[in-house]
Amino acid sequence: MHGSLAAKAAAQDDKAIGYDRHHRSMSIAQEVPIKTEHTEPAPPRRNGRWSGYSHLLMARMLELKREPEVVFWVFIFPLLLALGLGIAFRNKPGNAVSVAIVEGTGSRQAQSLLARSPQHDQFKVQVLNEDDARKGFRLGKFDLVIEPGNNGAVTYRYDPARPESVLAKAEVNDALQAAAGRKDTVPTTGVTSSEPGSRYIDFLIPGLLGMNLMNSGMWGIGFALVDMRQRKLLKRFVGTPMRRGDFLLALASSRLILMIIEVGLLLLFGALFFHMRVLGSIGSIALIAAIGSLTFGGVGLLTASRAQKIESVSGLINLVMMPMWIFSGVFFSYERFPAMIHPLIKALPLTALNDALRASILEGTPIMHQWPRMLIMILWGGVSFVLALKWFRWT
Amino acid sequence: MAISVSESFAVNLVAVFDSMTVAIQCRDLRKTYDGKVEAVRGLNLEIQVGECFGLLGPNGAGKTTTIEILEGLLQPTSGQVSIFGHSWNENEREMREWLGISLQETRLSEKLTVRETIDLFASFYREPRPTDEVMEQLELTEKADSWVGKLSGGQRQRLAVATALVCNPKILFLDEPTTGLDPQSRRQLWDIIRAFQKNGGTVLLTTHYMDEAERLCDRLAIVDHGQIIAEGSPADLINRLGGHHVVEFSVSGNHDGAALPAWRALPSVESVREDEGLIALNVKQPHLTIPALLETIDKQGGELQHLTTRQASLEDVFVRLTGRHLREE
Ligand SMILES: Nc1ncnc2c1ncn2[C@@H]1O[C@H](COP(=O)(O)OP(=O)(O)OP(=O)(O)O)[C@@H](O)[C@H]1O
Ligand SMILES: [Mg+2]
Repeated sequence: MHGSLAAKAAAQDDKAIGYDRHHRSMSIAQEVPIKTEHTEPAPPRRNGRWSGYSHLLMARMLELKREPEVVFWVFIFPLLLALGLGIAFRNKPGNAVSVAIVEGTGSRQAQSLLARSPQHDQFKVQVLNEDDARKGFRLGKFDLVIEPGNNGAVTYRYDPARPESVLAKAEVNDALQAAAGRKDTVPTTGVTSSEPGSRYIDFLIPGLLGMNLMNSGMWGIGFALVDMRQRKLLKRFVGTPMRRGDFLLALASSRLILMIIEVGLLLLFGALFFHMRVLGSIGSIALIAAIGSLTFGGVGLLTASRAQKIESVSGLINLVMMPMWIFSGVFFSYERFPAMIHPLIKALPLTALNDALRASILEGTPIMHQWPRMLIMILWGGVSFVLALKWFRWT
Repeated sequence: MAISVSESFAVNLVAVFDSMTVAIQCRDLRKTYDGKVEAVRGLNLEIQVGECFGLLGPNGAGKTTTIEILEGLLQPTSGQVSIFGHSWNENEREMREWLGISLQETRLSEKLTVRETIDLFASFYREPRPTDEVMEQLELTEKADSWVGKLSGGQRQRLAVATALVCNPKILFLDEPTTGLDPQSRRQLWDIIRAFQKNGGTVLLTTHYMDEAERLCDRLAIVDHGQIIAEGSPADLINRLGGHHVVEFSVSGNHDGAALPAWRALPSVESVREDEGLIALNVKQPHLTIPALLETIDKQGGELQHLTTRQASLEDVFVRLTGRHLREE
């Protein structure tokens, strides 16, 4: 009330002063619109609401593009890894079992028995003295060592921890027994299957995708932020009217753009080189990858919320990622771990991401049926993000 | 009723007028890091619009801490700050539109070009200046498309100032803007600061170069151990505290601390100190002191080894106040 009175009084005062000063030109001044009284040149540059955001995003993308290491680690390295592992573990047709026979009294008999067996073309047999045979076995050159004893008896030396060794023992044993006259009582037929979709490379590529999204999310957000903090660039930004939310949004947007390239490249590579089949829709794969990407962006933000030095954040990031590299089924299935810890493993964000990607890419599972995995990722990302904002230091 | 209205209007006018002339003000500013390092210990400042004000002090005096509190980047342990009459927790975003800041050490992104960097900073403000104009002013035009990582130290420093000037600020905060620059680049930067001031801008800068403070600043505060130990225009400080002239000499033979009172008693001497084997007299009128000085030395049977006279500088002010040199050479 009082304020408005004062304002009115002030306005009246203004008029009175104006009248005094421009007494003679009063009538003209009234006709002319107020704008033309201040004939300043129009401001040459006016920024809109999103100018800060778009410039931050552009700067970030330019920086990434000009950083050859980033291009290598984010885009090339996963492809090389997929190529290398895909070739090393490709399903070789007629995978030969390599067997060493120790020289001795029964060695010739064992060799001829094997050669007479119906599966003889599957065996690569070498006769060696005992030392060389065992050494070769230790180095993985032989899957099995046959040590012939007296009266046609044989001893198998094999490693129960090596699947191919166990397999070799069973196959060689079958062959020897069959050659020696054993008859199978149940007639069987085997059909081989190495269809796209069930090979190691099919398992591997979604795992690499997940791992790559984790790596680039953690490094791309966590490391980048601490680096900017250490360089006092965050402090300098905070010294401007920059909206802090826009800054984080630009960072997240740059992650999503990179994500699209990462996922696209790796899937394309799998399809072209290994004839991998993608059953799920592009949309659902992209959605899963985006959620995964943002999840790890959130976790990265949390790891970077207080660290002042890039050395300390590097350690932290590796510490956070280590359990997931091991447990989350990137290179091999987590089914190999004791069932007791499976619930823990499945609660890790990378496990959820890998499982979701595999289900979608390899089996075409719709995203609706994957909501628990989505929920796990969103919870990890969301909780990290909220905590990060609470603890985050700009200076 | 009418009277009370016009009175309150008058009060408003005074408040507006006051806040128009004082650009930066702080009262009893204190900052204690981690509960033990007392970096700033009760600092008061009042900087007028259009002034170039300098904080001069040795390493660790608390200059950066003070300027970052004034910039609203650091929370003081206690004390008030106001910028054009506004305090930092009141309207931060709006206040940031008025300030151009250059921190003591910011490493801008190396893989962006000069133009991209300035554009980026410009994008945060409502009405920034054209990037080309700022590059022109700071002589960065020919480096416009070079990466920041490929710039020399002086060019980077100029770029830091460019990012501060692109927002068309009312106040420019510069923390040691010329440290590490060659004399020519320093003078260039001084010209830019003067030009900014001539257009009505206010400048607060920190430095530990005496000559810079002396030539550039209208007023300055000498800061030591987080406190202001002297404040005024450079000429005023020198006259008040440095003596007008300094006569430095050394005598062979007997010269010990006990002789100092004898030098103090010479005509026109304001103060005496011993400094790295030289005796330095602050003197008002050297032509009165020097003959008397020569006579005294003669009487003592000593021999004059070295004699210089010069105008007193801020360095002398600092040494007089603290017994230390501003910069350990
Ligand atoms: N973040 C911090 N944590 C703890 N102590 C600090 C911190 N920053 C500064 N200090 C201490 O506060 C004191 C004042 O530091 P400040 O940086 O303000 O000095 P300065 O006058 O700017 O020095 P210089 O000329 O070297 O830049 C110093 O003793 C410094 O060690
Ligand atoms: Mg400093």
